[in-house]
Amino acid sequence: MNLKQYFKNFYRYKYLLIELVKKNIKLKYRRSYLGILWTMIEPLLTMMVLTVVFGTFFGNDDPQYPVYILCGRLLYSFFSSGSKAGLKAISSNASMIKKVYVPKYIYVFSAIISNFVTFLISLIVLVGVGIVLKVEPTIYLLQAIVPLVILFVFSLGCGLILSTLNVFFRDIEYIWSVATLLIMYASAIFYQPDKVINTGNGWIFDINPIFMCISNFRDAVLYGRQMNMNYCMASLAIAVVTVVVGAVLFYRKQDKFILYV
Amino acid sequence: MQKNLAICVKDLGMRFNLSQERVDNLKEFIIKFLRRDLKFNEFWALKDVSFKIKKGERLGVLGLNGSGKSTLLKVVSGVLKPSAGSIETSGVIAPLLELGAGFSPEYTGRENIYLYGAVLGFTKEFLDEKIDEIVDFSGLGEFIEVPIKNYSSGMKARLGFSIATVVEPDILILDEVLSVGDKKFRRKSENKIMSMFDRGVTVLFVSHSLEQVVRLCDRAIILDSGRLVAEGPVDKVARIYKNMTE
Repeated sequence: MNLKQYFKNFYRYKYLLIELVKKNIKLKYRRSYLGILWTMIEPLLTMMVLTVVFGTFFGNDDPQYPVYILCGRLLYSFFSSGSKAGLKAISSNASMIKKVYVPKYIYVFSAIISNFVTFLISLIVLVGVGIVLKVEPTIYLLQAIVPLVILFVFSLGCGLILSTLNVFFRDIEYIWSVATLLIMYASAIFYQPDKVINTGNGWIFDINPIFMCISNFRDAVLYGRQMNMNYCMASLAIAVVTVVVGAVLFYRKQDKFILYV
Repeated sequence: MQKNLAICVKDLGMRFNLSQERVDNLKEFIIKFLRRDLKFNEFWALKDVSFKIKKGERLGVLGLNGSGKSTLLKVVSGVLKPSAGSIETSGVIAPLLELGAGFSPEYTGRENIYLYGAVLGFTKEFLDEKIDEIVDFSGLGEFIEVPIKNYSSGMKARLGFSIATVVEPDILILDEVLSVGDKKFRRKSENKIMSMFDRGVTVLFVSHSLEQVVRLCDRAIILDSGRLVAEGPVDKVARIYKNMTE
C-alpha cells in the first residue's frame, strides 16, 4: 500500500475516530454528578495540595507558584494518562479487533486524542488561576502551542510503542506505571530545576522531553519570554524519532495482535 | 481476478502458534529465549484451501467443530491476515459474525448504533438516515435508551443484526446468525436475508444445520482439519457430509 492509499483509508475511518474519541470522553465521567467538570476540578485540587506541601511547608513564598505547579502538572498528567490509555488501547479493544477489520492504529490515536481533548478543557483552570494570581499575558503566550504539539506527538509515539509491546508482554503496564512515576520526579513539576542542576545532575533534564515541553510552556505562559530553542529542537527531535519508531514497530506487528490479545 | 467472481481464495493457509505454556510476560520470555526454549507448536487452522465464488452464488461451508470454518470467515472478512496464500474480494462485505460482541457495555443502544456503525465503516449521515430503521427492525422499543450491559444476549444479537444488515452488501458473511433471538425475530431476520438473496447478494454461510445449508445455498464445501475435502453442488456435498458424520 502506498502513502496516498493510507491517507484515503484514514479519511474513510475519520468518523470512527471521532466516535471513539467521543466514547472515551463520555464514558470517563458517566455516572458522576459533576461529569466533565472533573477535568477542571481535579487539577485544581491537586494544585492546592501541591502548593500547600511544596509552597507552605517547604517555604516557597512566590505568589505565582500555583501557576508554576499547574503548568507542570497539567502537561505531565496529559502525557501520563495519554500514554497509559495508548498502552491499553489494543488490549482493551480486543473484542472489536477480533470481530471487524479496522485499521488498528485508530484505537491508539483515539486514546491519545481523547486525553488531549480533556487536557485542553482542563487548560481553562490554568486561565482562571492565571487571572486570579495576576499573571500578565504577553505576546509569547502564542508560543505555548509549540510544546503542546510536540508533547502530543511524543505521547502518540509512546502510545504506539507501548500498545504494541503490551500485546506481547503484559508486564509493560506495570513497568510503565513505575516509569511514569520516575518521569514525574524528573520533570521539575513542583520544584525549581536549578535545585537539581546545582547538584550536577542537570543531564536528567537534557534527556527528558517532558521537562523540555513543560519548561517551554512555562516560558510562554508564566514568564512571558522567548522559549528555549535548544529544548524546543531537542524535544521535537525526540518526539519525531519516537513516533517513527512507534509507527514502524506497530506496522510490523499489527497483524499478529489478534493472535495474542 | 475475473470479473464475474466475488471471492477468490487461493492456497489459503492460516497458522497459529499454540505454545503449550503461554509466554506473555517478559521474565519467561527472556529466560526461555536465553535457554533457547521458545517452542511454538505450529497449528494450521487452514491449509491449502482454494475455491472461487461467482457473483450471486451462495456457498455453504460445512465441517465439524474445529475444522476451520470460523477462521475461514474471519480471513475472508479481513479480521485475520492469512499466513499463506491469497484472498481477493470485490464489493462491500457485511460480516455477520458473533453478533453482539464488540458493543460498549456502558453505552446505550442508540449510542452503540453509532459506534458500531462507525466500526463497520458507515458514515454519520448514513446512520442518521437509517437510525429509525435500525431501531425499528431490532424491535427494542424504549430499551434503545438503556445501557447495553442491561440487555439480554438475545437483545444484543438482535441489535447487532439490525445494524449490520442495514447496508446493501455485495457479499454477506453469515456465521450461525440465523439462530438469533426468539422465533419472531428469527423469521424477520430470515426474511431480510432472503430479500437480500433475491437481489443477488453473494453469500458465504456457515451453519451446523445441514438442512439450513441445503435450503439456502446452491453450492457447498466441506472443511476437515483445515483442509478442503469436498466442493460442488449443495445436494452432492450434503450427501458426502452426511456420510462423514454418521
